[in-house]
Amino acid sequence: MRVRFDGVEVEAQEGQTVAGVLLAKGIRSWRTTRGGDRPRGLFCGIGVCFDCLVSVNGVPDVRACQRVVAEGDEIRTQAGAELPS
Amino acid sequence: MSRIETADVVVIGAGIIGAASAEALSAAGMRVLVVDRGAPAGGTTAGGEGNVLLSDKAPGPELDLAVASRRLWPELIESLRAELGDEVARVEWEPKGGLVVATDEDAVGPLSILAEAQREVGVEAVDLSRDEARAMEPHLTDEVAGAVHYPGDAQLQPVLAATAMLTAVRARGGEVRGWTEAHGLVFDDAGKVAGVRLGDETIACGAVVNACGPWAGHFSVAAGAPIEVLPRRGMVLVTAPLPHVVGRKVYAADYVAAVASSDVDLQVSAVVESTATGTVLIGSSRQRVGFDEALQVEVLRRLARSAVKLFPVLAGVPVMRTYGGFRPYTPDHLPVIGADPRFAGLWHASGHEGAGIGLAPATGRLLADLMCGREPEVDPARFRVDRPAVIAEVRT
Amino acid sequence: MRRIVVIGAGPAGMAAASAAALHGVDVVLIDAGAKLGGQYFRQDALAAGDRFTLPRNVEHVASAAVWAIEPVDGGHRVHLRIGPADGPDRRGRAVEARALVLATGAYDRALPFPGWDLPGVFTAGAAQALAKGQGVAVGDRVVVGGTGPFLLPVAASLIGAGARVVEVAEANAAVTGWLGNPVGALAGWSKGGELVRYAGTLARHRVPYRSRSAVIEAHGSDVVESVTVARLDALWNPVQGSERRLEADAVAVGFGFTPQLELALAARCRVEDGFVVVDAAQGTSAPGVFAAGELTGIGGADLAASEGAVAGAAAAKFVGAAVEPPVRAMARVRSGRRFAAALNAAYPVRSGWHDWLRDDTIVCRCEEITKRALYRAVDERDVGGVRSLKLVSGAGLGLCQGRVCGRNVAELAGVDGTGFAKRPIASPIRLAELAEEEPVETPIDAEESGRVLGVEY
Ligand SMILES: Cc1cc2nc3c(=O)[nH]c(=O)nc-3n(C[C@H](O)C(O)[C@H](O)COP(=O)(O)OP(=O)(O)OC[C@H]3O[C@@H](n4cnc5c(N)ncnc54)[C@H](O)[C@@H]3O)c2cc1C
Ligand SMILES: Cc1cc2nc3c(=O)[nH]c(=O)nc-3n(C[C@H](O)[C@H](O)[C@H](O)COP(=O)(O)OP(=O)(O)OC[C@H]3O[C@@H](n4cnc5c(N)ncnc54)[C@H](O)[C@@H]3O)c2cc1C
Ligand code: FES
Repeated sequence: MRVRFDGVEVEAQEGQTVAGVLLAKGIRSWRTTRGGDRPRGLFCGIGVCFDCLVSVNGVPDVRACQRVVAEGDEIRTQAGAELPS
Repeated sequence: MSRIETADVVVIGAGIIGAASAEALSAAGMRVLVVDRGAPAGGTTAGGEGNVLLSDKAPGPELDLAVASRRLWPELIESLRAELGDEVARVEWEPKGGLVVATDEDAVGPLSILAEAQREVGVEAVDLSRDEARAMEPHLTDEVAGAVHYPGDAQLQPVLAATAMLTAVRARGGEVRGWTEAHGLVFDDAGKVAGVRLGDETIACGAVVNACGPWAGHFSVAAGAPIEVLPRRGMVLVTAPLPHVVGRKVYAADYVAAVASSDVDLQVSAVVESTATGTVLIGSSRQRVGFDEALQVEVLRRLARSAVKLFPVLAGVPVMRTYGGFRPYTPDHLPVIGADPRFAGLWHASGHEGAGIGLAPATGRLLADLMCGREPEVDPARFRVDRPAVIAEVRT
Repeated sequence: MRRIVVIGAGPAGMAAASAAALHGVDVVLIDAGAKLGGQYFRQDALAAGDRFTLPRNVEHVASAAVWAIEPVDGGHRVHLRIGPADGPDRRGRAVEARALVLATGAYDRALPFPGWDLPGVFTAGAAQALAKGQGVAVGDRVVVGGTGPFLLPVAASLIGAGARVVEVAEANAAVTGWLGNPVGALAGWSKGGELVRYAGTLARHRVPYRSRSAVIEAHGSDVVESVTVARLDALWNPVQGSERRLEADAVAVGFGFTPQLELALAARCRVEDGFVVVDAAQGTSAPGVFAAGELTGIGGADLAASEGAVAGAAAAKFVGAAVEPPVRAMARVRSGRRFAAALNAAYPVRSGWHDWLRDDTIVCRCEEITKRALYRAVDERDVGGVRSLKLVSGAGLGLCQGRVCGRNVAELAGVDGTGFAKRPIASPIRLAELAEEEPVETPIDAEESGRVLGVEY
């Protein structure tokens, strides 16, 4: 299946999480922090740390390690705190 | 920090009211010991919001106290800054103003009547049209039937404020002792308060202030001088950190009715505000369930609904936390501030219900004025301990 | 109707569900994951189907986050949202049951060090979960650090997923000390053989395994480029001059586990020393609430499953099924706990880590609170409890709600950290979801709720 990350089409497989897709592509960070504008990505891998936040289909604050991708998902880097669009 | 053996005054309870009382007493030169059975500033003061409101109060003694307190807060913060530095004085004070919104026509009448009455006693209250209100708060619902802007409303962070005042008490030679419960009083031969019992220890002192918040009734019973202070539960929702969405303190006009109500049933009306860290706080419910802390999802659900009604943009925003506390209230909904008529040396400062944060500095000042025999700025008569609602109806 | 709810489908929850089901009780088994298994039995998410089958009277509710537990007359109401994680359109559901088994497991404890907030620093469990579940290695050259036998399977999985493990740094004594003592403390421990295999894998790939060492710094501007490993003294203070710089693009660190306590606290179970207190039937202090697995103590998958079997049987008995004491499972629990105690004693966390931090090292990742800011708040305001500590320092107020920083911050500030686990909202829920009416399924009927059955063996 295909999803998009920051506008670029990416190949993904059934069952993969957003983090799985991105890490497999060598992408390590997909969020910047609110305070220090620092890059963050996966940390705990199991949904407890909320470091891996990403925006999916216009909805921010989605844990990339928990969210299983669906065909056509529009995934975007999350910059600090965002509102759903 | 060395432990003090005797004190001029022992304040029981290190919430915002105990902290403000101790601050004012130590500023008047007294040696103060503040004790709390838990962590200082860890009770109701850590379980509420930090609204410093004029807007929700009808003319009367509580509004008088609130007006004095609203003037005192920034002065107090400035004096703490001068005395202790910027870090301690960091209490997230934001004089951001409040916006009261009526979303249906029925609420407009009562809202403008209240605003008119408030203007007569000097509170700044500006009637706004729907468009004016939405210009002020762009994310506000378009279902605005009427709104009033209160530039005097403000906000601070209660735990920072309470701990700042306690730091001042320590700096002035007093002591703050956490995890220390007060069990009762010790009297001299003349029946005057001579000390307070803390576990195995007795601290000799000239006066005791009961600032036990919603537990003030319990302590008063232990002290042998019961007063009627009861808990009214409240819950708050906290969203994930957001970009700027809400500028002022925005609340629904039915909030004023809920505040004044004596109804036992659950009452929910939204108070929405952003905090310095970017979260939005959604308060608050009012419920009489004793000290029952059990979570009730229905309460959270109604908070969520009322918030989304005011700010539809919040619908997709995650809530990450909920917390709450027990507002200390008296049957006539006025605080109790003053000397106990039964025992010389016993004082009370409690019963501030949903306004203790706002009312704290004026309460501390009033108590210190009365204790030091100074002329108080606010008329203390309506806050007297020996009024019937507080002392005569006591069930022990 | 005889029915229980089990939360968590790891070794403990699966065993509990099976045990209760075998006694004729209907089970609703809820888990956030798409498949059964929890952490230990994490399945390949890319493969079709589920490896495990449970008895027919177990309803497995997958991809379901329990966000609140509410006490109701005669039991508890469990609130869940089902659907894509953190999505806005998940389906709401509320299930009531007189008996509840909590098997929510644990997560890695990560200690802070300079650079631990760089992308490329992961928990050991993250490396494990990504390798097992997603078939990806978190890096090409990975340093594994921390303490305890768990570091071995993590290193082995990384190798299996194609990474080069540069080094394994164990902060305590070598796990191989245990392996060399098969008749001693390790005798009968089923994990022993597994560990020998992992140690073999490491040896074959010539992975240096160093005891009394730790990763004390990660370097890089926007991603990990190298790390500093140092030898530690007995208290975990770095030994001066022992620092070595290793090129690596990833670090996986784990210093034991922290139980996922929020639902247990919401159900008002007593917690002592950081774990849920249970009796011989895995009953907690809250009537009708049973707990199993890492919630009650860290002891590995076998112990978790044994506890689950006991808890499931007890919960079935609580709702009226005829149940004989599961004596064999109970015996396995007792011996498992003895091994667990010995293991935990051998892999403590020592306070020397406090000195790995610099003033500007972040202690709370969500709110980006530095050690300096934390200490300043503590010193200037002298707070003595978690609630006020959070509010004056900001630590623990972010989206993870103190899951990652709570224990560390409490230790640095010198307060009891249990309060960090009080999270009445156990998992974030969007306001529109919360606002939605949610029909309650099969409410506990009044007659049933009147009966209170104790479970005593
Ligand atoms: C990331 C990670 C990887 C691990 N890998 C291994 C390994 O490879 N080998 C090994 O020996 N040990 C491993 N462990 C140790 C592990 O904790 C176990 O020994 C074992 O899995 C414990 O079993 P359990 O049933 O107690 O909990 P878990 O297996 O952790 O299962 C708990 C389950 O509860 C669910 N859950 C928790 N809260 C909620 C909620 N609010 N709503 C819905 N569901 C919820 C979780 O999704 C999870 O599936 C790992 C631990 C972690 C944290
Ligand atoms: C949800 C909610 C929202 C609120 N929002 C606002 C708001 O926006 N603005 C506002 O002004 N107010 C608000 N309030 C009200 C405000 O929080 C209270 O009025 C105020 O905190 C009361 O302070 P206190 O010092 O009297 O009580 P507390 O903070 O409860 O302090 C009393 C202390 O006494 C201690 N104590 C009790 N018994 C003993 C004993 N025997 N010995 C030793 N110590 C003892 C307790 O441990 C406690 O710390 C809100 C309250 C709630 C619950
Ligand atoms: S990596 Fe921790 S929540 Fe996703």
